Amino acid sequence: MLNTFVVYVENKPGVLTRVASLFRRRAFNIDSLTVGRTEKPEVSRMTITVDADQDQARRIEANLYKLVNVLLVENITAEPTIVRDLAMIKVAATQAARSHVLELAGVFRGRVVDVAPESLIIEITGDEDKIDGLLEVLQPYGVLEMVRTGIVAMRRGSKCSSVVSSANPLSQAAGDDDGDGVQYSV
Amino acid sequence: MMKTGGQILWECLEREGVTNVFGYPGGAILPAYDALKHSKIHHVLVRHEQGAAHMADGYARASGQVGVAVATSGPGATNLVTGIATAMLDSSPIVCITGQVGSKLIGSDAFQEVDITGITLPITKHNYLVTHAAELARTLREAFYVARSGRPGPVLVDITKDAQQSSCEFDWESAKPQLPGYRPNLSPEPKEYEEALKLIHNAKRPVILLGHGAIVSGATHEVRDLVEASGIPVALTLLGLGAFPSSHPLNLGMMGMHGEAWVNHTIQEADLLIALGMRFDDRVTGNLKTYAPNAKKIHVEIDPAEINKNVKVDVALVGDLRDVLRALQPKIKTVDRHEWLDSIDRLKGDSAVRDIQNLPDSGHLYAAHVINDLWRETRGSNTTVVTDVGQHQMWEAQYFKHEEARSLITSGGLGTMGFALPAAIGAKVARPETDVWVVVGDGGFQMTMAELATIVQENLKVNIAIINNGYLGMVRQWQEFFYDSNYQATPLLNPDFAKVAEAYGIRADTVTQRSQVVPAVQSARQYGGPVLINFQVEQEDTVYPMVAAGAALHEMIRRPSPIVETSADE
Repeated sequence: MLNTFVVYVENKPGVLTRVASLFRRRAFNIDSLTVGRTEKPEVSRMTITVDADQDQARRIEANLYKLVNVLLVENITAEPTIVRDLAMIKVAATQAARSHVLELAGVFRGRVVDVAPESLIIEITGDEDKIDGLLEVLQPYGVLEMVRTGIVAMRRGSKCSSVVSSANPLSQAAGDDDGDGVQYSV
Repeated sequence: MMKTGGQILWECLEREGVTNVFGYPGGAILPAYDALKHSKIHHVLVRHEQGAAHMADGYARASGQVGVAVATSGPGATNLVTGIATAMLDSSPIVCITGQVGSKLIGSDAFQEVDITGITLPITKHNYLVTHAAELARTLREAFYVARSGRPGPVLVDITKDAQQSSCEFDWESAKPQLPGYRPNLSPEPKEYEEALKLIHNAKRPVILLGHGAIVSGATHEVRDLVEASGIPVALTLLGLGAFPSSHPLNLGMMGMHGEAWVNHTIQEADLLIALGMRFDDRVTGNLKTYAPNAKKIHVEIDPAEINKNVKVDVALVGDLRDVLRALQPKIKTVDRHEWLDSIDRLKGDSAVRDIQNLPDSGHLYAAHVINDLWRETRGSNTTVVTDVGQHQMWEAQYFKHEEARSLITSGGLGTMGFALPAAIGAKVARPETDVWVVVGDGGFQMTMAELATIVQENLKVNIAIINNGYLGMVRQWQEFFYDSNYQATPLLNPDFAKVAEAYGIRADTVTQRSQVVPAVQSARQYGGPVLINFQVEQEDTVYPMVAAGAALHEMIRRPSPIVETSADE
């Protein structure tokens, strides 16, 4: 089954490589990976979807935690979440077909962001099924080009990740003098 | 006060307790070497950077302290790679310092530029690229902390030449590690302890599987307390040897591919496995589908990513082994186990009769004889054996009885030929009061024998026993068993090892008869300097028992029975 992980990492060079390299090395196949800034400049947030059974998912989480730059891992697969993917779809839209394409875009609540004599670009946001649905009905008109961002996900309700809700995770990181027995927390 | 990056490097190392480093200079690390003259740290000049990494590893395994290797950029750094991977697979704490081209040149394919942080990403616990002197102190403190804490491992710090040259204000106190995501020390929940205790107290046929974690965690006393309180017998992994005394009546011996038959049978018949600081490597489990089919499993392990990786367990206690055992042991009830122990005794069956040590002298010199004699001669003294990889390594594990932790140093996980000689140098530097013996095959010895010069230059008393059978013996054995004795590329045409040693100024001896073994060992021990002994042993000898790769743990190729001589067709 597809598992969705939200992974908070230190915003440092090379961290994306470390995460991607981990999945490659342990032979876990990434379905989708997105990364971007959070409300804290020193923290980046990844949404990773992976095809894995429950046991593999637990090991993925444990292995992610072995990366020193990983702050927090949440497997939100079983939780109520808002999941969004964004796509831009360039569709062949000749004079005759144009009104049909516009109508379909409207049904899916897509937005037309570019109009050219022979084509349109439709921007659509939603879960993956919705975008797949629009793609399917646009296919007969000719999809010329398509790009998707991969999914981002957030839990419903007021529950937040501790990395984000705590004052500043990086400020809690001070070690003691000899470096031994230091307990770090996020 | 203001210091250069080079000066900061050595000062930070001193503050981390480093007294010796193993290295090889070159262009991109020269500013650091220039600053070495002001440091109290002793630098051991190696002959190949792979040697430096293995020495740092041997140093770490002998002492429990972080070992340090230093190399220049490019080829210096890539030569460390095998040594780093060896340390990674065996959880050995080392810090590798590499020079890097100037930060302005990075990415330009400059002379001797290589992306060593990229190359070592999957074989280090963590690594760093430092481009400013001001980042150096904090980075080095983090590197040492990460290397030695939790499940230890190698950390590489790549320092650009300009970061070594430029100056900045050095303030050790304020350069505290900032590792907000790093959590090396987890502890089990009380409920998990309760579940483990229930399994232990209900078990009729329990076995403890003891691994390297017991040594790394410093838990040998706690292990002994647990074993004696519970009366549960102990089987050891290769890297666990020494963590529990061989002479203890509850020590069964080594398990796995070349473990004794009764040890593997005991595991297969057990109703509970208590795995302590081991990771169910394929070399100890055999075929997972048939592994200990009737046993519940308890896994005490510091690394949560090891839980349920190879073997699905019933209870996992994630934490430092010593801490977990200290919490567990007072709650252990003593149970009468004599029925189970008697049945294990019966499993030994005719194993003793088949053992080469109990066979009449055939006039041939066998490696098992050499190693057993070496053990008898060094018994009771403070001796550490450092082995290479192959047949001699397995015979060492079988015939050298280790009583103390850190008295065997060997490359287990990666199985790195060429490990022994440099790792022994590291071990001797770490513990000069210990007698260090290298037990090495003729193949592996030639991979890193250039380090003989390091032994001489450092004036180290290291004894070297080459188990010379003129073959890549373990590969030959696999060819014999599984490739129809097609000995492709395994016979070795060797140099005269005694002459090689003498060329380096090392005293040498050659032994071809069994009667010469003990005198040669005694003479080597009495001599003040390093000695190399070339033991010319039986060429086509075989390590028994053997669990073929992919076979069930109880399906062993046994030692030939002496009663049916004709079956001994090797």
